[in-house]
Amino acid sequence: MTILYGLVTGFIFGILLQQGRVIRYDKQVGLLRLKDFTIIKFMFSAVLIGMIGIYLLLGLGLIELSVKTTVLGMVIIGGLIFGIGWALLGYCPGTQLGALGEGRWDAIWGIIGMLIGGMIFAEVYTPLKNSVGTWGDFGKITLPAVIGISPWIVIVILLVLGVLLFWWLERRGL
Amino acid sequence: MDRLRNGGLNPYIAGGLTGVLGVLSVWIAGKFIGASTSFARGAHGILNLFSAEHASGLQYFEKYFFKAGDWQLFFLIGIIAGALVSALLSRSFRWQAVPDMWRARFGASIGKRAVVAILGGAIAVFGARMAGGCPSGHGLSGIMQLSVSGFIALIMFFVGGIIVAHLIYAGGERKLTPPAGSETPGGEQ
Repeated sequence: MTILYGLVTGFIFGILLQQGRVIRYDKQVGLLRLKDFTIIKFMFSAVLIGMIGIYLLLGLGLIELSVKTTVLGMVIIGGLIFGIGWALLGYCPGTQLGALGEGRWDAIWGIIGMLIGGMIFAEVYTPLKNSVGTWGDFGKITLPAVIGISPWIVIVILLVLGVLLFWWLERRGL
Repeated sequence: MDRLRNGGLNPYIAGGLTGVLGVLSVWIAGKFIGASTSFARGAHGILNLFSAEHASGLQYFEKYFFKAGDWQLFFLIGIIAGALVSALLSRSFRWQAVPDMWRARFGASIGKRAVVAILGGAIAVFGARMAGGCPSGHGLSGIMQLSVSGFIALIMFFVGGIIVAHLIYAGGERKLTPPAGSETPGGEQ
């Protein structure tokens, strides 16, 4: 059943990514070159709708959160490193599989590179965890918990900011 | 307008539906969307074939080991199939070795593209595993939960990506680029 859920969810995600035209190199690097904001529209729409759904279901006691640990050293440095690789490859881990499905077969190089990257990371994980992994460890924290307000206030603020951003992008014709 | 420009679904609608999908996945299957973990698990699977002893000695693989029945592995296989079906049905499938934008700047060499893409992929997954996720795990699933790590990670992804993309494309394209609005000339009807 787990396999089937994964397959079906991925299949629908693949259709939406492909229909949204967000998996191509030109779209990904186009965003990083600040020329094409399709991915921002797609991604921010997804999280704005998603946060409402997640906190609704959480409030009803139907789901549990699965928050990733905030270790500033790891998230900041790792995030920067990811960005460097992302710009060189022009795909991210999930979207490159969609790009492959669309026939952009240079995604295969990305998949090979990522498997190599996984091996290298496993080799250096222990010393990395014991050094950078201890810099600014705040545990599994969420924005509303840190500020000490209701998640719904955060969601409403983000919704307003998101809609303003979308409005600005459309007005600029981006 | 976006439909006309890209021949696809409006990105706000496609994105919004993706948000609904992400929520349903958590509700029905208890799984948050993510992708980069599978490359660590896959790396373990490959290393295990060559040197099981070495693979079992690495601490990271104690948590992220290869699992054949893993939800995320099949999620990724599903993405390939979904994009393939969607591309074929919308006649936007295109067998292409080098992306248009890359070719306009660096030429049509498959080898050059391969070297940079492999290097980029390795760096990207190293960073994603260090940060604890990629644009799917941190960007989508993390921010949906209002996780602090998700917001920081996404900002850093863009900071690193924007700097490097500007560096490698500094000076613009060498050859004439297709005008905005015909990003895949001859590709889409």
